[in-house]
Amino acid sequence: MQLTDQTIHQLHQRLSSGEISSVALTEAYLQRIEQTDPEVNAYITICRDAALADAAAADKRIAAGDIDLLTGIPLALKDIFNSEGLRTTCGSKILDNFVSPYDATTVARLKARGAVILGKLNMDEFAMGSSNENSAAGPVRNPWDGERVPGGSSGGSAAAVAARQAVATLGTDTGGSIRQPAAHCGVVGLKPTYGRVSRYGVIAYASSLDQVGPLARDVEDCATLLGAVAGYDPADSTSVDRPVPDYLATLKDGVNGKRIGLPREYFIDGLDADVKCAVERAIETYRTLGAEIVDVSLPHTDYAVACYYLIATAEASSNLARYDGVRFGVRRDEGEGLIGMYQQTRAAGFGEEVKRRIMLGTYALSSGYYDAYYLKAQKVRTLIRQDFLDAFENVDLLLTPVAPTPAFKIGEKVDDPLQMYLSDIFTIPVNLAGTCGLSLPCGLSADGLPIGLQLIGKPFAEDELLQAAWAFENATDFSQLPQLAADR
Amino acid sequence: MKMTRQEVEHVARLARLALSEDEVERMTGQLDAVLGYVEKLNELDTEGIVPTAHAVPMENAFRADESRASRGVVWALQNAPEATDECFKVPKVIE
Repeated sequence: MQLTDQTIHQLHQRLSSGEISSVALTEAYLQRIEQTDPEVNAYITICRDAALADAAAADKRIAAGDIDLLTGIPLALKDIFNSEGLRTTCGSKILDNFVSPYDATTVARLKARGAVILGKLNMDEFAMGSSNENSAAGPVRNPWDGERVPGGSSGGSAAAVAARQAVATLGTDTGGSIRQPAAHCGVVGLKPTYGRVSRYGVIAYASSLDQVGPLARDVEDCATLLGAVAGYDPADSTSVDRPVPDYLATLKDGVNGKRIGLPREYFIDGLDADVKCAVERAIETYRTLGAEIVDVSLPHTDYAVACYYLIATAEASSNLARYDGVRFGVRRDEGEGLIGMYQQTRAAGFGEEVKRRIMLGTYALSSGYYDAYYLKAQKVRTLIRQDFLDAFENVDLLLTPVAPTPAFKIGEKVDDPLQMYLSDIFTIPVNLAGTCGLSLPCGLSADGLPIGLQLIGKPFAEDELLQAAWAFENATDFSQLPQLAADR
Repeated sequence: MKMTRQEVEHVARLARLALSEDEVERMTGQLDAVLGYVEKLNELDTEGIVPTAHAVPMENAFRADESRASRGVVWALQNAPEATDECFKVPKVIE
């Protein structure tokens, strides 16, 4: 087994026994990135020198007996995380020259544990997209099939794990941006409950929906990373002050006696036959593992995409007002005064999808339309959230597909924003409800593309989510890795 | 049509976006399609429903009003497109 094919828990054993050093491991990853990234384009910035310095420091810690599960482990970050001294573009031309002056809380927590940061990963501009085609750094290619998208917006974060260009990564999820790419790339991705992980230092898209989470090779690594970054942060007033459970301690407790709900609105006619089949087999696996399978209804599911695209764009139009060419980022000034400078800067700096969402959000918040669009959407959000709370009165978890189809082709949906938005139909409701969801591999399509299974948990029940995911992962074998051209 | 060219131009001004003729044209059609889709929310009676701004109910978060060291002006200006005399420099605002 290649060094770069291994998990955090496997590598931790080898680092702590002294069998390998973090410097050697980091060099192996840097070499792997160099070999494979021309093909995948998962990285926007590779931090060779800083990573090797982090690794040398980790080796010192390990030699002194100071080792944590993440010490010396090479990780990478979606380019939305501020990381001191590193370029942070958020996939946008407008931040092309931006160097973070400080660390996001999540990044500081990883560094404190001695993790090595290999670099910054490609993404849809400002996390707006479902295919990673909206990036100033160009599209990411799916490691399973280079003509297909990796999903988005954390496309680089998912593709880098699948291509073994990092042991695990951090992404963000506003409407499915961790779970959908995890499904399309055959890795495990977790969107925690809103408030579970600090958003401080994470570039904002839609502040009431954004949440940070891990993407990893297996469920155990996901649990390890979540445990490392979760918890209250006084710098984020929306982070919730409640204890972080020891996710690893309960990981192997199984699902015997658990009630798993199947929301009937998620098993619709438009569902791809291979996806349907894989998810049905997963349901049988859970039955075999002792879970009780129950039919449930989330009656407002069909309104979630419409609700999301009003709330998320309204919040984005406000959050992205800060990119005005005054304090940071790229400025375009053609001598037409201050307002002209704002308009030209934003016209030159933002890509098409970002402009479209700013326009939609500005419209939804504008005088005369606020009640009809924004307020209406917030009321519908209440109904959607209530659907989940009602369902969780009767079941412990919900089980659904992650996306209606496996990864689609690059270019297939770029000219039709509405079709692109509908690819997030099964992930968006979880963000609106503010609860947690996880995507894990449950099979391959006839074309050899990964299919993802979504588990949805009660608010702050990430421990139950991880338990159920671990039980499935250990009862099945979907750990196959994609072959890149560089591997052949 | 829910969205007209004039409305797109008006919203672009509010959003401080200079759009090209082509962009105005394309965006009018695309925004019209999305607004047509979101129309479906009107199928739901939301009379008396309390709007959700945040999914996790929370009170205002207060902290003690204590002075702390700050990072300073040089640090804050390091990414400025233009700076002068410890200030961000912008085009003339008042003639």
